[in-house]
Amino acid sequence: MFDLKNLTVSAGIGLILFALFLLCALFAPLIAPFPMSQIAGDVWGPLSSTHWLGTDNLGRDLLSRMVYGARTTIFIAAMATALSFSLGAILGLMAAVVGGLVDTLMSRFVDLLMAIPTLIFGLVVLAVLPSNNVTLILVMGVLSSTRVYRLSRAVAVDINAMDFVEAAKVRGEGLGWIIFREILPNALSPLVAELGLRFIFSVLFLSTLSFLGLGVQPPEADWGGMVKENKDGIVFGIPAALIPASAIATLSISVNLVADWVLTSTASLKGGRE
Amino acid sequence: MGSPVLTLIAQRVALGILLLFAVSVLIFAGTQILPGDVAQSILGQDATPEAVANLRQELGLNDPAYARYFHWLGGVLTGDLGSTLTTRQEIAKTLMPRLWNTLFLAFWAAIVAVPLAIVLGLLAVRYRNGWVDKLISGLALASTSLPEFFIGYLLILSFAVTQQWLPAISTVYDGMPFFDKLKAIVLPATALVLVVLAHMMRMTRAAILNVMQSAYIETAELKGLSASAVIRKHALPNAVAPIINVVMLNLAFLIVGVVVVEVIFVYPGMGQYLVDHVVKRDVPVVQAVGLVFAAIYIGLNIVADVAAILANPRLRHPK
Repeated sequence: MFDLKNLTVSAGIGLILFALFLLCALFAPLIAPFPMSQIAGDVWGPLSSTHWLGTDNLGRDLLSRMVYGARTTIFIAAMATALSFSLGAILGLMAAVVGGLVDTLMSRFVDLLMAIPTLIFGLVVLAVLPSNNVTLILVMGVLSSTRVYRLSRAVAVDINAMDFVEAAKVRGEGLGWIIFREILPNALSPLVAELGLRFIFSVLFLSTLSFLGLGVQPPEADWGGMVKENKDGIVFGIPAALIPASAIATLSISVNLVADWVLTSTASLKGGRE
Repeated sequence: MGSPVLTLIAQRVALGILLLFAVSVLIFAGTQILPGDVAQSILGQDATPEAVANLRQELGLNDPAYARYFHWLGGVLTGDLGSTLTTRQEIAKTLMPRLWNTLFLAFWAAIVAVPLAIVLGLLAVRYRNGWVDKLISGLALASTSLPEFFIGYLLILSFAVTQQWLPAISTVYDGMPFFDKLKAIVLPATALVLVVLAHMMRMTRAAILNVMQSAYIETAELKGLSASAVIRKHALPNAVAPIINVVMLNLAFLIVGVVVVEVIFVYPGMGQYLVDHVVKRDVPVVQAVGLVFAAIYIGLNIVADVAAILANPRLRHPK
């Protein structure tokens, strides 16, 4: 579906950067020069040959924490994205196929959820839920699934009216077959591009929550939490907090570049059937 | 103004109010997900069963959830937001000055961001596919990927630490002279402007480009009007409704951005109040502030729709 020969320069850069982040996340213990929580130097030490990115507010090696942070951030964001996708796509496709009361009820509920800013509702819910990574994944996944629901429902309503779906219904296929074998394969390309955008949303949402002290809890390291840990250094002119912040920005830009490319290259696949 | 406009507006406002009630149910329900004992968690694990039972009684936790909802809603409607669990202060008293602080910050950010975004959006359309346009699109991509705290701390590092022009911490208090207040919010307001600007700009550009594809624009071009005149006289008046929509959507976005920006600059607004009390698990405060944020968000959306109705000349002349 995605011919690598048509890879644009910007998408290539995005892909390489994303692969680097992914490698860091997968092989964190092999890459990181120091263990995650080991105090290896002075507080907020400068960049040096032993500590490439300096040390943090407790004197831990910042590069090592960045590498481990990549693991936490990418893992939680990916899990939340997977949840939002399966939940949103299945319910959205189901709403389009079943229609009627089920569709109306689910759509109005999604409208209601989207009437409150995501961050605000997230904060409201997190005020009562236990603070751990499973809660984070669930809250982020459910809140983010509203957009996937809307997209997949909109796409599926179009496909549902086509002859081959009609044929499948007439020959008596069940709901599962219609959703997964008839509609899903044809709705895949817009959903894949949305996957990238949802992932960015999850990364930024998680980082924001951790920055506010409501996301990943110490001693675990994630990028948003590292910004929080090191933010007090800023007023002394120590830019340690900006390093994880720029990693978040780089990660989301790289995924954005790839998602942009997927979007444009699959748009032409539709053969003018917009 | 004919009656169809009024009917439409009345319908939209009524729908908005209905939505607000539904949202209040959702916010209340959102804090009841865990039936865990609030009284127990306030008093800690060592509390005697009698103390817990007393507090439960006091907080009305023995009533069923719907009864507590209506009690809460009744309070909200009469301006009583309840009191905090931890310090037993009246929420409404603390909330009002903070609400004004937040609106003050958001107001100045909007005053700068809205005209700037529209002018830049128009420029991007005027020189579309040229370098101005590409630069704007590039910046927009970058800024949608940047977390608010990156922009915020970069601003602090550059303008409050390296160059000590502005305060790093935005303290405002009652009776503070107006210009001191303005100086205190320059950095947070700038951060907010940068957060919403690119998005607003791109959506303005898209709204005008959409109009630019109409047949009457082609006519205007063919009769020899200059590109600026086409945009000014023909495209812009018809793009007003979508642009107002864009602006309102982004102002709603700004309300959310405010939460993070207030925490970065330690600004005594509603966002910080919310975050502090989420950490303390002070549910009444979280419910109240969440509801106020949601009300502002929904209110802005209603204003956007009403403005779009008013800007549509076809609705002004009843058939």
